[in-house]
Amino acid sequence: MQLDELVRALNLKVSCAEGSLKRQVRGGYVGDLLSDVMANSKEGDIWITRQVHQNIVAVASLKDLAGIILIQGSEPALDTAAKANAEGIPILVTDLPAFEIVGQIYKLINP
Amino acid sequence: MRESQKFEKSFDVQGGSFQNAGNVSGQIKSILKEMGVSTDIVRRVAIICYESEINIVSYAKKGTITLVVTDEAVKIETKDEGPGIPDIELAMKEGYSTATAAVREMGFGAGMGLANMKKYSDHLIITSEVGIGTCVTMIVMDFSKILHPDLPPLTL
Repeated sequence: MQLDELVRALNLKVSCAEGSLKRQVRGGYVGDLLSDVMANSKEGDIWITRQVHQNIVAVASLKDLAGIILIQGSEPALDTAAKANAEGIPILVTDLPAFEIVGQIYKLINP
Repeated sequence: MRESQKFEKSFDVQGGSFQNAGNVSGQIKSILKEMGVSTDIVRRVAIICYESEINIVSYAKKGTITLVVTDEAVKIETKDEGPGIPDIELAMKEGYSTATAAVREMGFGAGMGLANMKKYSDHLIITSEVGIGTCVTMIVMDFSKILHPDLPPLTL
């Protein structure tokens, strides 16, 4: 599924890198521990987290993730947003908690 | 290893500089991709580099990360000016960490760094002197090149 389709289906707010939504979402990973995400996420995963600091951009970039979804309406920090825009890493925001958004994403990408 | 050495480059890492953490790992990943190193090796090196970089940023005053590429392996060597590790065996245990609360709040310091560095490299050697610093050498082997030496070498 393409990231922009996911954005529409789940009514996600596009906070950063609006021009980079034509990526394929191949799977997903949930986590707030950066070492865990670094070790276990896979290329093309959408990453669901509540971390908003700029190191999430480096992890998403190094792991070639499809994008980042921040939960509970969390907005990226200003320096995070600047870095994500510069590197073309999409950051999306949902008002839902992780459990609910993950359930919906899982259904969408594993129909 | 030295005979087939193709590439070497060192990068400086500033302690405490969380805003730049990941930059060196990104550069190293790009270099390896440009060299045509296999995806699996690039993935493993990116993980161990990032963990090394975060360790220097989290604990040391400053450090260097050196990338060495040969036909059969990638070596990552880190040297830092930091507090050193008094008990390496304990530090290697997954879940053990001496990170500060501020570092943990950012999602680091879960005691996974050294464990990941060991897991994703084929060889890992740590030497450390308390009050001086820590050196870590990690080697990621490209076994396809060893088992099938007739494969064309990496082009630079």
